[in-house]
Amino acid sequence: MSWLFQLLQAALVLAVAPLLTGFVRVLKARLLGRQGPPLLQPYRDLLRLLRKDPVIADNASWLFRGAPYLGFALIWLGACLIPTFSSRIGLGATADFIALMGILAGARFVQALAGLDVGTAFGGIGSSRDMMIGALAEPAVLMVIFTVSLLTHTTSLPLISEFMQTGSVGLRVSLALALIALVMVAIAENARIPVDNPATHLELTMVHEAMVLEYSGRHLALIEATAMLKLVLYLSLIAAIFVPFGMATGTGPAGAIALGLATWVGKLAAGGALLAVFETSIAKMRVFRVSEFLGGALLLGLLATIYLYVTRAL
Amino acid sequence: MTLSESTIYDVTHLLNGTVLLLSFALLYQRRLFGVLSAFAMQSLALALAAAWQAFANDAPHLYITASIALFFKTIIIPVSLHRIVINLGIHREVETALGIGATLIVGASLAALAIVLVLPVTAASVALTRENLALSLSVVLLGLLMMITRRNAVTQVVGFMSLENGLLLAAVGVRGMPFVVEISAAFAVMVAFIIFGVFFFQIRERFDTLDVSYVERFRGERH
Repeated sequence: MSWLFQLLQAALVLAVAPLLTGFVRVLKARLLGRQGPPLLQPYRDLLRLLRKDPVIADNASWLFRGAPYLGFALIWLGACLIPTFSSRIGLGATADFIALMGILAGARFVQALAGLDVGTAFGGIGSSRDMMIGALAEPAVLMVIFTVSLLTHTTSLPLISEFMQTGSVGLRVSLALALIALVMVAIAENARIPVDNPATHLELTMVHEAMVLEYSGRHLALIEATAMLKLVLYLSLIAAIFVPFGMATGTGPAGAIALGLATWVGKLAAGGALLAVFETSIAKMRVFRVSEFLGGALLLGLLATIYLYVTRAL
Repeated sequence: MTLSESTIYDVTHLLNGTVLLLSFALLYQRRLFGVLSAFAMQSLALALAAAWQAFANDAPHLYITASIALFFKTIIIPVSLHRIVINLGIHREVETALGIGATLIVGASLAALAIVLVLPVTAASVALTRENLALSLSVVLLGLLMMITRRNAVTQVVGFMSLENGLLLAAVGVRGMPFVVEISAAFAVMVAFIIFGVFFFQIRERFDTLDVSYVERFRGERH
């Protein structure tokens, strides 16, 4: 039964990812007073790109060709590890928070290498900036992991969700700080607005788009799908740790599963709406201020860990 | 209505934590108006914390403290500072003596220092008191840090008032604190505000800037 859930989740995250991205785009356009693209536009974009043959530079190696597939596979695997509608998923036993971050770091590594492969200036800029963001974001995530695992005594994501769902942890300063730190990291990792602009590849300050500038055709489709999946992954991760309420904890009655599905979709929609509001209300920062932004996330994570020791028994 | 012990603990905890978080937000700001709104938010969080203490501990006099924090610190002072900045044509960027990143690192170490100081002293008391003291001491230290690391007189005033917020946070959290203290603390802020207002005009008239290093140069301390 749990493997059935796992397959269902693997299919669901893939199916929902473009919809979420489309939803955020529509909402952003409406907030800016524009009509915006139709909700299903990302699906059409992906289909159009998938039908096209990629144009590859003469000096591109196998790495350049393989990176989109590998990156996509890694992020998809990561998205499958996170408990979404039910905490009883087939891969639950391997769904470790630290392992998940390892998978994400692996995907980043592959994409950065591919950015450097062809040897164009833009790819190099993008890769080096992306690695800078990664190097700053990972310590912050580690601090969040420390906080959450000290509270729940485990690094397994399904167990963390189940523990948080019981509500026995209560409201904690540490959890609030960790939540903000993780949200900041998620914004940076998904190349959203204060750190990077997802809507354009015509700016000199871009990071992610510069790295993948050389890609076209079905490779580009995979890379865009990866970015969409990553957004679902981070929103589901935040939901699974901090607001797991509504998630089914057993293979139990169909009603519980349906409730889990409904609340998951609701959480994704709420997260997407918050993201759209946040992005329209803030200006993009200079690339060299990203270190301050993520340094802030690291410090909040650090404080979250420190404050665990002042509060009630661990 | 009686509340369970854990609800009181959770909400108090969360509100006090918000005040501390906004102290960090205050240090992170680069623009003067950002500093003022962060300060207003912090005072609002303080007012909520005081009101919650009044409600939870059945201490109605704390509602007065809460409303003082709400009216003076959340509305009147930020709005009038906002006006002063516009009327005097003060430069709207925060001038730092120490970079933002470095300030944040020092700030986090100060928060850790506050915990290290508070833990041994309050070993015998309940978790709520211990935590309240640790949080408010951190807010006080961060206020001091802001006064040290920001050159502009307006940001120094805001740092001073954020320090006051920390003191008030400690005062409302301790049961049986006499009311006089709070009134006097609130008035101290008002007085400080008036004095600093006059101070601004003086410096501005004489030196054409609010950067205090000019005053030092004038006195012959720095060449």
